[in-house]
Amino acid sequence: MKISLFITCYNDTLFPETGKAVVHVLERLGHSVEFRAEQTCCGQMHLNTGYRKEALPLMQRFLEVFDDAEVICSPSSSCVAMIREHYSILAEETGDPTLRDKVRNLLPRVFEFTELLVDRLGVTDTGAFYPHKVTYHPSCHSMRTLGLGDKPIRLLKEVRGLRYIELPGADECCGFGGTFSIKNPDVSAAMLADKMQAVAATGAEVCAACDNSCLMHIYGGLHRQRQPVRVAHLAEILASEERR
Amino acid sequence: MSVRVGAAAESPSFPMAAKAAMEDAQLRQNVRHATGVIRAKRALLVEEKADWQQLRTAASRIKEHTMRYLDRYLVQFEQSCVRAGGKVHWAEDADEANRIITGIIQSHGETEVIKVKTMTSDETQLNTALEAAGITPYETDLADLIVQLGSDHPSHIVVPALHKNRMQIRQIFLDKMHLETLGREPKDLAEAARRYLREKFLRVRVGISGANFAIAENGSVCIVESEGNARMCLTLPKVLISLIGIEKVIPRFRDLEVFLQILARSATGERMSPYSSIWSGVSANDGPSEFHVVLLDNGRTKVLADEAARQTLHCIRCGACLNICPVYRQTGGHAYGSIYSGPIGAILTPQLQSMRHSETLPFASSLCGACYEVCPVKINIPEVLVHLRAKVVEQGDSPIVEQLAMRAAAFALAGPRRLAAAQGFARIAQKPFLSEGVLKNLPGMLSGWSSVRDLMTVPEQSFREWWRDRK
Repeated sequence: MKISLFITCYNDTLFPETGKAVVHVLERLGHSVEFRAEQTCCGQMHLNTGYRKEALPLMQRFLEVFDDAEVICSPSSSCVAMIREHYSILAEETGDPTLRDKVRNLLPRVFEFTELLVDRLGVTDTGAFYPHKVTYHPSCHSMRTLGLGDKPIRLLKEVRGLRYIELPGADECCGFGGTFSIKNPDVSAAMLADKMQAVAATGAEVCAACDNSCLMHIYGGLHRQRQPVRVAHLAEILASEERR
Repeated sequence: MSVRVGAAAESPSFPMAAKAAMEDAQLRQNVRHATGVIRAKRALLVEEKADWQQLRTAASRIKEHTMRYLDRYLVQFEQSCVRAGGKVHWAEDADEANRIITGIIQSHGETEVIKVKTMTSDETQLNTALEAAGITPYETDLADLIVQLGSDHPSHIVVPALHKNRMQIRQIFLDKMHLETLGREPKDLAEAARRYLREKFLRVRVGISGANFAIAENGSVCIVESEGNARMCLTLPKVLISLIGIEKVIPRFRDLEVFLQILARSATGERMSPYSSIWSGVSANDGPSEFHVVLLDNGRTKVLADEAARQTLHCIRCGACLNICPVYRQTGGHAYGSIYSGPIGAILTPQLQSMRHSETLPFASSLCGACYEVCPVKINIPEVLVHLRAKVVEQGDSPIVEQLAMRAAAFALAGPRRLAAAQGFARIAQKPFLSEGVLKNLPGMLSGWSSVRDLMTVPEQSFREWWRDRK
């Protein structure tokens, strides 16, 4: 299967390792991956902060870039949630029937990384090896908007050497919320404190998620407190192999 | 018109008020404990309902239908209520409602009223208006009584004194009821309140209530409660006045079947509220001999006119979204500067005021979606929040620095070459803040972020560069 990667702007800029890991896992599973260099951003930050006008051209660009892509995969729950939840509404607002049809045509082709693996490709064992204690933070968008359920955990449990530890209060938001953490830094920090406490209580070496934005936030707090816990996008765990 | 939502227009911004609230460790502990208890009870009782999702859908559809035909159902309610012997008044705003109510009380020459818990009267600041007219209002809901005696403000839609713990309440009772001794057990506090209130129930001749539901087909009004104190106010006085927001109308009596199943479960974690009072107009020799309804707009028709946000009016004030909200649980209700706090307050308060006050409230959410998930009438609060944020930006009320940053980001994201240039720029711009392999002490808007968090650095190679070089 030809899989077109929507890497997302912040993964592209801040977390290139996640993109590389997605490429690695999909190629290992025998699929061919493409990256269309014209892509930039889904428009989530602008839309969620109230800059709807600025979000629209980003959506239009997305539609153009991925117009003829068979399957689009993104390692970011919140960006997929943006596309699934808001593109129809944005298109509707323009009153342009062509745009509306383009969105309708796009949506069934967009998959979050773990959705693609489990639902579309039918894979839970990706052949990975990762000898660490791992806990998993289900980000709000992955859990509530996308309804990923236990897909990420099923993938983790198939990883050889990995010991999965459940995160207490897993369904609580980490307090990032994009510009929320900038506009309301104190409330956000208090929410983060609860999340860090929960992560530390697991005794895990690594906290995984399907959203690097939440992980950036959790890491930011953990690192400041000099906690030894690392963070890793799920794709990076699935990409790691046993060295022979 | 003077639309107002309590004192919300004069309240500080959410980030400021939240910061102050979070310094009160006792308050945070009380809020955390109380919301935790209610959440756990709710979760158990929702779990046992196999048809919970169908009930939510039914409730949502009834509300949607009612809002679409609200004009008709309001007139139908008026006719039914009048037929049953009630009098119906229409109030465009808070002042008009307060004037009507004050007028009714004065026409009977009364100087005291007993009140059932009603958020709507807090919205219109009825107590202030009554006191200005020489009328003394007595709150009879236990939590409202605590708030009133403590010269405090409600911090929760359902549990107004949620921010107070038992010992704090005991102290308020000791001071304000002029008691010499008072036990420390819940039953001791309840007994003190009972003695204090009984005397008023039996003496005062005018009662004031809000409503949970107003039924168009037969003019009935419904109130659910836990204590029985509302039942006292609704049945003992000679005159009863119910102040009802126009969105509280439902078409049929049988619609209660849906709402009574979801309301108590969502609000207090009970299968049914201990008391469900439903009455229609007046009955000879039974209950009040005079019944007035004041139908309040106070900005609601403006909310109705905005199709994307109309669902805000579906709210049945259960408070489930407050209890589940990770923001509310950190700050408590007062930070919202409005009697309507939590996620529903964040969308209701600014809209009622035509988006001219409380502009920071739509941003008081991480958009985690927990509120939408628990809402028994399926209000998509995150969607409405995002819609309202756009309104704030459109009317030019977002910070200038943010506007500039957002425009710059839009420019950089308009094409891959610009994005690559911005990535290159970020690598250089981050250098002054680099410390121990991370970014610290960030300037301006980011200073709050970096006060307790380190930021990862922008790596030397972007994904797109790696991909290009890989071939």
